[in-house]
Amino acid sequence: MLTELLINKGLVTAFLFVGLITWFSYWLSKNLTRGHVHGSAIAIAMGLGLAYLGGVYTGGNNGLADVAIFSGVALLGGSMLRDFAIIATAFGADMTAIKKAGWVGAMSVVIGVVLSFVVGAMVAVAFGYNDAISITTIGAGAATYIVGPVTGTALGASSEVVALSIAAGLVKSILVMICTPLVAKYIGLNNPQSAMVYGGLMGTTSGVAGGLAATDPKLVPYGAMTATFYTGVGCLLAPSILFFIVRYLVG
Amino acid sequence: MIVYGVALLSFCMLFGVYAGNLLGELLGVSANVGGVGIAMLLLIVLSNLSNKKFHLSSASESGIYFWSAMYIPIVVAMAAKQNVIAAVSSGWLAVIAGVLAVAVSFAVIPLISRFSVDHHIDQYVE
Repeated sequence: MLTELLINKGLVTAFLFVGLITWFSYWLSKNLTRGHVHGSAIAIAMGLGLAYLGGVYTGGNNGLADVAIFSGVALLGGSMLRDFAIIATAFGADMTAIKKAGWVGAMSVVIGVVLSFVVGAMVAVAFGYNDAISITTIGAGAATYIVGPVTGTALGASSEVVALSIAAGLVKSILVMICTPLVAKYIGLNNPQSAMVYGGLMGTTSGVAGGLAATDPKLVPYGAMTATFYTGVGCLLAPSILFFIVRYLVG
Repeated sequence: MIVYGVALLSFCMLFGVYAGNLLGELLGVSANVGGVGIAMLLLIVLSNLSNKKFHLSSASESGIYFWSAMYIPIVVAMAAKQNVIAAVSSGWLAVIAGVLAVAVSFAVIPLISRFSVDHHIDQYVE
């Protein structure tokens, strides 16, 4: 009966669940790392760990959310509420900082897409792919796990290659979540301008959202703003200009 | 009224995502182009209009601040629903492509943001 209740009131269960994880993470942060590792970084890592366990347990694609009593996690962590909360963080953001970094932010989106694409495409070539469609699709996946399948579908890539492109994007997004707080100091990620550049270069909205949340929540609106343009720009460039360049190079 | 803030936030999101879809269609890509970014800009612009006709009371503001504060818990939930298994077990190609893409992008951040800071100093000199 309790199980049924937790499933029926899924979203409320998810609130309780996330609250408990957060409490435990901040407790760990304070007592185990003496505040060196931010509580939200631990909470996000714990979320990813639980997603892994959920995947092992159910064999599904939605991590912990495939476990029936945690189905509300899918709604709470879904794109609708995520975007709603991201937009809310913009309230009170510094308009002048955004204007100042506006053009660099825009430039970083294009550079970020091309950079990740080139890296992904080179890895695809290194692994023996030699047709332009597969190389382009895997390169696009290294941008984000949405750009990959959109490009693959547009070009008619095989489903194996599309799956690889999604996986590459997933690896990227998860790494960005985990690594951002660790490298923030070394890459100067401590002001609105660099946060906008960071969002534009990384592009994966979930990665940027998680990474900045664990680094400095005040920077979230600046990074998120540029990051949300990335997938669109990627879907624009990858199946067109970037594909033509790859086809020209591969012959 | 708290709901005014929440409603304003909702309006911004729906407007932004709609605009992002239109932009995507115009560009011929099957994706939303910057919908959330447009919504954020709209919210900033609307909340900076400080005339008497359009002014948010502090109760209305708290409706927006609530969702802003829910951001991290939502991100934790988002992390918990990722397909981590697929990312971990997809083979070396995906892992190497992902790792290198992240490493190269991180490495470029200081270069580009320095560019923005320099530009900013130039403006002061002028």
